[in-house]
Amino acid sequence: MIDPGNFWLLTILLAIGTFLIRFSFLGFLGGRELPGWLLLHLRYVGISVFPALVTPMLLWPAATGGQTDWIRVAAGAIAFAAGMRISVIGAILAGMGAFYGLRLLAALL
Amino acid sequence: MTQSAAGGQPGRAFWRGYRDCAPFILIVVPFSMLFGVVARDAGLDLVQTMTMAVLVIAGASQFTAVALLQEQAPVFVALAAALVVNLRMAMYSAALVPHLGHAPLGMRALMAYLMVDQAFAVAVRTYEDEPAMTRPEKVAYYMGCMMLICPMWYGFTLVGALAGNLIPASLELDFAAPVCFIALSAPLLRSAAHVVAAGVSVAAAILFHGLPWNLGLFAAALTAMVAGAQTELWQKRRRAAA
Repeated sequence: MIDPGNFWLLTILLAIGTFLIRFSFLGFLGGRELPGWLLLHLRYVGISVFPALVTPMLLWPAATGGQTDWIRVAAGAIAFAAGMRISVIGAILAGMGAFYGLRLLAALL
Repeated sequence: MTQSAAGGQPGRAFWRGYRDCAPFILIVVPFSMLFGVVARDAGLDLVQTMTMAVLVIAGASQFTAVALLQEQAPVFVALAAALVVNLRMAMYSAALVPHLGHAPLGMRALMAYLMVDQAFAVAVRTYEDEPAMTRPEKVAYYMGCMMLICPMWYGFTLVGALAGNLIPASLELDFAAPVCFIALSAPLLRSAAHVVAAGVSVAAAILFHGLPWNLGLFAAALTAMVAGAQTELWQKRRRAAA
């Protein structure tokens, strides 16, 4: 059972903290010019964050208690291939499709 | 040209952002429903579940916070772990400065509140592809992206919270999260330097996996950013020397 006092304290502080993280540079720097070296690094934010988010999700998923599940890894690889070859929506459909397809196949075999 | 033409462009940019983010409905729907289900399972009531979803709108940190509360972790431990998950958004915030920093303070605050992964990635990619976009168009495009994702986030959290046990855990809706970030990554691999950054990001995520407090993600992302930037500089130097 989650104590309501703890829940509300956490939720309010998490909301404020998360907002301040999001507001940080955009809010406080505003329209100021950023130095060239920083702009150079900022061009790589997305491609540096997303693979680092995905990797542990694929290799050690919380849903399996951290056990590597090869169906998840394979479906992730298929999603990536579709993303490179087709499109964003192709990646999503191929990834989810492969995941459920392989699960079904594994259940039938 | 005329005032009306200038006013029409941001309107068009808004709807373009809306459309460009549309594929991520397929991700946001299962993922937010899952949060609703998990939160109710953990014993939160409907008001608690929805308040958290609306005030925080950051899926991964919400899951972290609820899981730790459920394990009876101290509030400040749960808070720290959930906030570290969101630290990546400080990088998003910085990366948006050159494009959106000119907007008025109130607008910047609204844009900060609405900052979610999918919309950030889609918006920055479009800004880089189309340097001719005007500032009002960039703001409108960003709002178009967020105005699609955020209401879906609230709405389907509610559906999940109401449906609860009708959605069996065997559906494994959590797999929508890695698929989402893979779909976001693939179009960003636009140069050799981006490929290097992605490779370093994966390797560093494995290497730093053991770091406490979820700090591995932040450390891996910083390492990959430096790797990408250094590769770009090295390529420029080589081209200049040739």
